[in-house]
Amino acid sequence: MPALPLDEAGKYVAGAYVVFFTLVVVYVAIIGSKIARIEREIEELNEMVDE
Amino acid sequence: MISAARAILAKDLRLELRTKESVPAMTLFTLTVYVLFHFGLDRDTLDGSLASGVLWVTLLLAAIIGVARLFAAEREQGGIDGLLLAPVDRTSLFLAKGAALFLFLCAVELVALPAFALLLLGPDLLEPLPRLLPVLLLANLGLAVVGSLVAALATATRSPDLIVPLLLLPLLVPVLIAAAEASEPLLRDDPTADRLGRWLGVLTLYDVVFVLLSLAVFDYLLED
Amino acid sequence: MYSKGFKPLSIATVVALATALALVFFYAPNDADQGFVQKIFYVHVPMAIVALGGWVAGGIMAIQHLRTGDRSWDMRSYVAIHLSIILGVGVLVTGSIWARASWGHWWVWDEPVLVSFLIVFLLYCVYYPLRFSIEDPERQARYSSVFAVTAGAFVPLNFIAVRLAQSFTHPRVLSQTGGNLPGEMRLTFLVSLVAMVLLFVTLWKLELMSKNASAQLKRLRTKLNARVAA
Repeated sequence: MPALPLDEAGKYVAGAYVVFFTLVVVYVAIIGSKIARIEREIEELNEMVDE
Repeated sequence: MISAARAILAKDLRLELRTKESVPAMTLFTLTVYVLFHFGLDRDTLDGSLASGVLWVTLLLAAIIGVARLFAAEREQGGIDGLLLAPVDRTSLFLAKGAALFLFLCAVELVALPAFALLLLGPDLLEPLPRLLPVLLLANLGLAVVGSLVAALATATRSPDLIVPLLLLPLLVPVLIAAAEASEPLLRDDPTADRLGRWLGVLTLYDVVFVLLSLAVFDYLLED
Repeated sequence: MYSKGFKPLSIATVVALATALALVFFYAPNDADQGFVQKIFYVHVPMAIVALGGWVAGGIMAIQHLRTGDRSWDMRSYVAIHLSIILGVGVLVTGSIWARASWGHWWVWDEPVLVSFLIVFLLYCVYYPLRFSIEDPERQARYSSVFAVTAGAFVPLNFIAVRLAQSFTHPRVLSQTGGNLPGEMRLTFLVSLVAMVLLFVTLWKLELMSKNASAQLKRLRTKLNARVAA
């Protein structure tokens, strides 16, 4: 198959790089939400100690 | 260690002869799958790569049954704890179970191969048989070693029947590739031993790696 | 424990990623045969190499766990394997996109590296059901480590077998690693690879920091509960 013209090829290349970045960003977001939960628990424990 | 392994192996073989659970089931399964392939492929005879593929995929699937049942007796009757209390090291257990599985596979093939020749194979089987034999033996060894390892891994899980096929099949892909590629030129009308040495080499490498690995690692399993 | 050196590491990662992207799109020339589509190579192949390396590293960490009994090694092994599985999804998807753009099919069996990668990926996917169906935590760690070592040994074996099988029927079509890359492409590839490795280590540390904090918090809570009850 001959090489795709630039406009069509661009979509595939962009797609591949978008997949990569989406994976990274989603992963970081999930870790972020885990950290948020840890922060909440620390707050709860603080309250528990202050009682 | 060898005598302990021999004792466990003798017990397993006696049990199998008495209850006839694994080997008949595996054999029956194999024959049934041959019939399925006849209808699924809509073919009366197979040769070359198709024959080789059907033969080996069926064998691999039948091995799942044997692997899933390998520690079943111990699980169901609480025998694992009894074995572990005795001063037997895990390596003997591994040797015994591996040898048992190897013998079961050979027994299945004693029936499955003639059946395959009768039901599905176009070309003659007797002529290439001596060159097929090392393929079968080396592949059985690989199946037995990896099968024992997977069976042991699965005993700790909640649903070993689910884990065994998922774990076993990807690990056996190199065996399938090597065995099928080695058998393909042998199962033609004009059999040749094309590249047989190379594929036997791959099987041997696989067997050596996994025997060494299992011996190193088995002690960490079934340790309670 | 894991936060040491995290900041410089993450800065290095960002710089490397940005440099790699710039090189890919402004420096590396277009491939003579495949044209612009070949640019996918700079994200697909480093991801594959790092994923495979991550799985093998997970196996080595698992050996450390089995030898020392220290469960933090199991945690490190788990995160390495887990991250590699996520990268593995990326490898298969970008590989598929590349196949489609180059050959018109969403999957090709001609590529031994891609096929062998698929088999290894399917194997490692079983890591999750295996690990999470074992209840006792010490057993869970031990059996996971045995799996990680077995699967790690399997990776090269599988690659050899698939490569041998394919070499007799199909010519290699998509791979361009090593050997005959022109200078600019080789530099771009190396920078992309370094960026991917840095990214992996950064994310690995990040997840370990999160897990570690979570575990310590749990211990703290148990201690506080005991004290409050007393």
